[in-house]
Amino acid sequence: MDFLNAIVALANFVIIPATVYGSQLALGALGVTLIYGILRFSNFAHGDTMAFGTMVTILITWWFQSMGINFGILPTALLALPFGIAITSLFLLGTDRVVYKFYREKKSEPVIFVIVSLGVMFMMNGIVRFIIGTGDQRFADGERFIISTREFKAMTGLQEGLAIRFTQGITVVTAIIVVAALFYFLNRTRTGKSMRAFSDNEDLALLSGINPERVVMVTWIIVAGLATIAGVLYGLDKTFKPFTYFQLLLPIFASAIVGGLGNPLGAIAGGFVIAFSEVSVTYAFKKVLGYLLPESLEPDSLVQLLSTDYKFAVSFVILIIVLLVKPTGLFKGKSV
Amino acid sequence: MIVVEDLHKHFGGFHAVDGASLSIAEGSITGLIGPNGAGKTTLFNVIAGVLPPTSGRVTMKGEDITGLPPHELFDKGLLRTFQIAHEFSSMTVRENLMMVPGGQTGETLWNTWFHRARIREEEATLLKRADEVLEFLTIDHLKDEKAGNLSGGQKKLLELGRTMMVDAKIVFLDEVGAGVNRTLLNTIGDAIIRLNKERGYTFVVIEHDMDFIDRLCDPVICMAEGKVLAEGTLAEIKANEHVIEAYLGTGLKNKTVGASA
Ligand SMILES: Nc1ncnc2c1ncn2[C@@H]1O[C@H](COP(=O)(O)OP(=O)(O)OP(=O)(O)O)[C@@H](O)[C@H]1O
Ligand SMILES: [Mg+2]
Repeated sequence: MDFLNAIVALANFVIIPATVYGSQLALGALGVTLIYGILRFSNFAHGDTMAFGTMVTILITWWFQSMGINFGILPTALLALPFGIAITSLFLLGTDRVVYKFYREKKSEPVIFVIVSLGVMFMMNGIVRFIIGTGDQRFADGERFIISTREFKAMTGLQEGLAIRFTQGITVVTAIIVVAALFYFLNRTRTGKSMRAFSDNEDLALLSGINPERVVMVTWIIVAGLATIAGVLYGLDKTFKPFTYFQLLLPIFASAIVGGLGNPLGAIAGGFVIAFSEVSVTYAFKKVLGYLLPESLEPDSLVQLLSTDYKFAVSFVILIIVLLVKPTGLFKGKSV
Repeated sequence: MIVVEDLHKHFGGFHAVDGASLSIAEGSITGLIGPNGAGKTTLFNVIAGVLPPTSGRVTMKGEDITGLPPHELFDKGLLRTFQIAHEFSSMTVRENLMMVPGGQTGETLWNTWFHRARIREEEATLLKRADEVLEFLTIDHLKDEKAGNLSGGQKKLLELGRTMMVDAKIVFLDEVGAGVNRTLLNTIGDAIIRLNKERGYTFVVIEHDMDFIDRLCDPVICMAEGKVLAEGTLAEIKANEHVIEAYLGTGLKNKTVGASA
């Protein structure tokens, strides 16, 4: 019984939240990795792209809510999502047209692009805060549960409870669908293959009748989609706050680099590696160990390696270890 | 077909192409020879739009094509291969070939999802063509192999195969024969001659192998230090004293001219 209680506690506080967070990071890291693979720079504006996409989706969600439009049991935000993606795509294509294209035509060094993306980041940052403010926004029309602690306890008779929120389920399901669609697209369609070709060998791709501007355009649209979905899922799961999204940049980059920059499969694996590390290092294992160990051995302390305030340090440490031990990441990416 | 006028390409202070002028006749197989570092590959890169020229002009059938991006030149039928073979390493040999033709329906996001029947048809045609090309090059047994796993010589064949996937007008081959064994080299030579005769491709061929040049090329252009030294039939080139001094050396001259005369 104690053993089951320990497992339930672990699932409730570590496995489920980490899976959900991992899905969000994976989607974010996919966007970063696609830009790196195809446009060949590290896009520091990605966190704020997520914020922008989420903001647009929230505004549309509020509008829908005020008109009494809803999506049945699913959050209204999911209904607003396609519109959010469309507007974010236009926004990114516009940014590309007025900013990045200039440097692309000049064939600037990747490091210039990185600095430029930093500028774009500040710009997006300002736009988002100007429009929606710096505060916390909730847009997940109320909390609903797939299974609540009380129900779970009544069902199993265990002492420990397990709760799965609706938004957590949605996050994982959406991530699976999006990733499947993306891989189908990259591996099976001509457009997707052009993108892979471009990432694999740009010189050759340019000499193969592939229109580079079109590849760039498609890449931005897909990145807008991934960023908006990742941002909205994160916001539904927690709350939307522009500064948090800016901070997400670190774990997202860590995921992409740990998995191997430029490698989509790596981005997904990296997302889960970072999420599980972050959640388990900042979780207090006292309770779980309390169930497992005999009373005499029970820990007095919280058995928490790091306080949650330092959770970003986890990404940082993993990042450094990977860069030292295997600079191309777990899956073979382009070396950084 | 192609006229290059006073072309310069400088890397910093180094003049890799230094005032080269030449013209390529339509329907010819023109050889381009010269010592290592003569600027042959650089000349190709400038003509093919990979590198912007420092100065000078390139025209194709009278139309100025100087500095056009590679994919636009590709659309005009100007193709090139790489001295160091390039491939999409994570794709199969067949996929590599199917990537080549431009303007495919499946190239836009919209068509990808909404014109699937047309895309399927197109892809079936491409697949057939790719398989024919692979058979022609005698590497059809490798069609599902990842291109990254091919040997150096096989990658060279794939380079040539790429030019056969579309109806090219002029093809620049940068040492397709290097690192390829004799038998295969003959196959490549046959392929070039057939493409020239049957499909009317114009070729410009960089090679260091004089037998290969002798078999295929007329005229031959010799470059050294970024300039065109001489132009004519191979025999004329071999007799040219500038060329002997810069490239061939006297020993080779006596030996091969005697053999081919
Ligand atoms: N991107 C570059 N930057 C600086 N120098 C270059 C560059 N590309 C070529 N060069 C120089 O230009 C010169 C000509 O090079 P190129 O590759 O055109 O020679 P090549 O005639 O093709 O020789 P090979 O027969 O060995 O292939 C060389 O001295 C080379 O070092
Ligand atoms: Mg060369």
